[in-house]
Amino acid sequence: MNRIDRAGMTRRELLARSVAAGGSLLVGASWVTGRSAAWALEVTALKPGTMATLVQMARDIYPHDRIPDDRYAVAVKGYDTADKAPAVEAGIAALDAAAQGQGHPSYLGARWEAERVAVLRGIEKGEFFRTIRAGLVTDLYNQKEIWPLFGYEGESFSHGGYIDRGFNDIAWL
Amino acid sequence: MAAPFSKTDDSVVVIIGTGAGGGTLANELAQKGISVVALEAGGRYLPEDYVNDEWASFAQLAWLDTRRSDGSFRLARDFAGLPSWIVKAVGGTTTHWAGASLRFQDHEWKALTNYGRVEGASLLDWPLDAAEMDPWYTLAEAKMGVTRTNGQPGLPGNTNFLVLEKGAKAVGYKEVHTGRMAINSIEYGGRQACQQTGFCFQGCKWGAKWSTAYTEIPLGEETGNLEVRERCHAARIEHDDKGRVTGVVYFDASGVEQRQAARIVCVAGNTIESPRLLLNSASSMFPDGLANSSGQVGRNYMRHVTGSVYSIFERPVRMWRGTTMAGIMQDEARHDPSRGFVGGYELETLSLGLPFMAAFLDPGAWGREFTSAIDGYENMAGMWIVGEDMPQETNRVTVDTAVVDQFGLPTPVVHYDDHPNDVAMRDHAYERGIAIHRAAGAVRSLPTPPYPSTHNIGTNRMSDNPRDGVVNRWGQTHDIPNLFVSDGSQFTTGAAENPTLTIVALAIRQADHIAREMGAGNL
Ligand SMILES: Cc1cc2nc3c(=O)[nH]c(=O)nc-3n(C[C@H](O)[C@H](O)[C@H](O)COP(=O)(O)OP(=O)(O)OC[C@H]3O[C@@H](n4cnc5c(N)ncnc54)[C@H](O)[C@@H]3O)c2cc1C
Ligand code: SF4
Repeated sequence: MNRIDRAGMTRRELLARSVAAGGSLLVGASWVTGRSAAWALEVTALKPGTMATLVQMARDIYPHDRIPDDRYAVAVKGYDTADKAPAVEAGIAALDAAAQGQGHPSYLGARWEAERVAVLRGIEKGEFFRTIRAGLVTDLYNQKEIWPLFGYEGESFSHGGYIDRGFNDIAWL
Repeated sequence: MAAPFSKTDDSVVVIIGTGAGGGTLANELAQKGISVVALEAGGRYLPEDYVNDEWASFAQLAWLDTRRSDGSFRLARDFAGLPSWIVKAVGGTTTHWAGASLRFQDHEWKALTNYGRVEGASLLDWPLDAAEMDPWYTLAEAKMGVTRTNGQPGLPGNTNFLVLEKGAKAVGYKEVHTGRMAINSIEYGGRQACQQTGFCFQGCKWGAKWSTAYTEIPLGEETGNLEVRERCHAARIEHDDKGRVTGVVYFDASGVEQRQAARIVCVAGNTIESPRLLLNSASSMFPDGLANSSGQVGRNYMRHVTGSVYSIFERPVRMWRGTTMAGIMQDEARHDPSRGFVGGYELETLSLGLPFMAAFLDPGAWGREFTSAIDGYENMAGMWIVGEDMPQETNRVTVDTAVVDQFGLPTPVVHYDDHPNDVAMRDHAYERGIAIHRAAGAVRSLPTPPYPSTHNIGTNRMSDNPRDGVVNRWGQTHDIPNLFVSDGSQFTTGAAENPTLTIVALAIRQADHIAREMGAGNL
């Protein structure tokens, strides 16, 4: 049997079916939220110092000054597992060594962002950097909590679209 | 006999794929009383199932089986495993598509004649022309409810369109409007009008956008002549010792191998899977793959000259609000070699949500230059380039027998190099796009590289000459009379227009031909 026929395409029926199907009215997704630095307490497989460096590295890759640390922590917390930890520990150790090679005590010990970015430029072709960056570009920007900082409104179906809510509202133009 | 059909019933037409081409053909044949079994690798998703979230929707609908790409185009580096963005679902890529529905311009049917020989390109004239296609286009536009045709009003312009319109007119362009869109501007076909929700790429939750998933497929099923077997992946097409196809071997939803007998087989798996299936069906009689005596199966892969221009303005644009692609500037679509290239291009409004913008704006980029652009997201407007790319024999889909998919089938490899004409056209389009946004007040422009290909065409191309094409003017393979190609892979050349309206028009025409030939006892 078809779940759909032409009589079933009215606005009211579509809304009703959406509610029945569940999950489509996307309001208020639930992410693990935590205050700044709360992530440090959650670390299970990685050393806390490694996680701290990883979070700084994440911020230096995609620096948005209005995004709090815990969003970067959420974006990389997937690496805090027994199977991923060894590669990450090795990657961060290499990052610290690269920082030392440029005269800093460690990656975190390089005080200016430009100094840390110079260290990252040196390893950006390597697998560790590429893996972290590629994961981050989805795991950071896919967090609904940060969307308002960019003005992005996400889905609008549950509000009836923008037909009566400013789809052509650009008075300044 | 009414659907469902027996697997040994060799009177049925088997269609592989239910997207723009396959879904349309299935319904058209069913309406004519012809029995059809449609095999579809994906599952069935309807408006209530669509998720208005970019990555979640991508995970739900996209074709993610193993694929590889190489060549000099940038995609091969940025997204080596994802050369194209195609849907695996009942309805195919018409669930994702944006609805832009343009006819080819008259001269584009005869690219070789009108452009002349272009070094390194395998340009050819279509065996069809505008006059022949006119009635089929008219039927397709009516079926799809295309705006600005058959008396359907245009869609209202959203903020992104208003920016494009202002800038384009300021630099002297004339043909700027909200497009010809297969999106209802008024209630039509039992479906309501667009609500400007802005997630056209994720499946229209209002059903305002035409998609075979909830138009052609259920209409065909209502006749009792169409059986859609979802989550059934065609593996190879079999033939008899007379060289006629006899059935399709496929893996069903549980991964069990099955065989459906067939009177006629129509391949409509989109431009990568269709040649893959023909190549994977090689036999002792056809060692290079089915319908491949010309050696052209898989060659001349085209993807349009694409690219985007996003620009940041002093004040908010909020381009994501409203219809994703209802805006077009057509003045550059003409053929005018004085610009330094043959063929032309369209500029169409486009918006990505924040997650996709981050992934596609400048793949691989990081640091403050990148994030300061993303910080300007709310103030961005965007447009997309769609231009004619040059067919090249060496741009092709092959199969890699060393790398197999979940069914043990050799996987596709897509090779693509930009032709110098493509590069010249893209550069011109970037320059014009930036000028348009500048004229509307942009403070910073971001010429963005091509995304994984959404327009995939040309790998089983149409030609009257069996030596340089795979199918004839009806989409019928030159080598095997009861084997047809029914999707975008038939395209001889790509023209400057988004391909789907032409795919649908060709499918309606092909259904008419198949019914006539069956009636005459020729098939
Ligand atoms: C984001 C996006 C936006 C787009 N916007 C536009 C637009 O505005 N205008 C326009 O003209 N075009 C647009 N397109 C392109 C348009 O969607 C395609 O041109 C069109 O859908 C192609 O039709 P098709 O029949 O060739 O293939 P598809 O529609 O892709 O259908 C192919 C079907 O075959 C199935 N299949 C493949 N292999 C097998 C197999 N072995 N066994 C069983 N089933 C199989 C697939 O699962 C799929 O369902 C867009 C595409 C995307 C991704
Ligand atoms: S903007 Fe219109 S066509 Fe696009 S998804 Fe929303 S309702 Fe559908």
